[in-house]
Amino acid sequence: MIETLIDIVLLTFLAVTAIVIVRIRSLFAVIMLAGIYSLASAGLFVVLDAVDVAFTEAVVGAGISTVLLLGTLALTGEQRKTTSRHGPLIPLAVVTLTGAVLVWGTWDMPLFGDPGAPAHQHVAPRYIQDSPNEVGVPNMVTSVLASYRGFDTLGEVTVIFTAGVGVLALLGFRRRKPRHPEREKP
Amino acid sequence: MILAGVSLGILVVMGLALLSAYLGPTVYDRILAVNMFGTKTVLFIAAYGFLTGRPDFLDIALSYALINFIGVIAALRYVERVYSVEKPGGGADDDTA
Repeated sequence: MIETLIDIVLLTFLAVTAIVIVRIRSLFAVIMLAGIYSLASAGLFVVLDAVDVAFTEAVVGAGISTVLLLGTLALTGEQRKTTSRHGPLIPLAVVTLTGAVLVWGTWDMPLFGDPGAPAHQHVAPRYIQDSPNEVGVPNMVTSVLASYRGFDTLGEVTVIFTAGVGVLALLGFRRRKPRHPEREKP
Repeated sequence: MILAGVSLGILVVMGLALLSAYLGPTVYDRILAVNMFGTKTVLFIAAYGFLTGRPDFLDIALSYALINFIGVIAALRYVERVYSVEKPGGGADDDTA
């Protein structure tokens, strides 16, 4: 009962924040609201028992993304520009159609938490039964990520590192000439 | 029961922070709202952990506070850099210094 209520409230927060992000003009407010969105979805992931996903969401969404987006905003403009040449009807139709197709696609999926779902039948029982002996890590998700899918995780880390290097190369390593000299004064 | 009430109360305060982030006329209102929302997320995760009988998530909730802190520091640095230029006599075109 209380869990359902918490789910509904958190999902309402997410929906309201997304609508506000679309509607608002100031990009700084958009970045702040994106941080709020990330924190709310992290709370939702905790409610769904996916603590590691929630942690990643909070670190990437609320921490690093905010910093990177603010750095981008410092290099570019502050206000959103309208570039749409047509009315809102065509995008609305495309989005509605895509959403309808996605909802239609979920009808074939097993129910949430269904123990007979294919995802819970394939290798998950072996992880649950053997990972405490084979790996010895108390948290099963950690043992899957760090041992069974170790090469996969290594590839992900490589991709993220490359992306970070790319972003730093775009922003520039060198110290720019001070744009605001009043801050350089002691 | 008390924990359920606490969770719901925290959710209400999160909604108020969301409202403040939406309505807040100045930049500082929004930064304060984000900071408050992050703090309330930490509190909510803590309360929810005790509500479901597994307070193991408490340390993770604490690390959220650190992440939130980093975000707020970045936002304030940005505000300090950009918004101080718009003051009269800020010396924005004195770019060769």
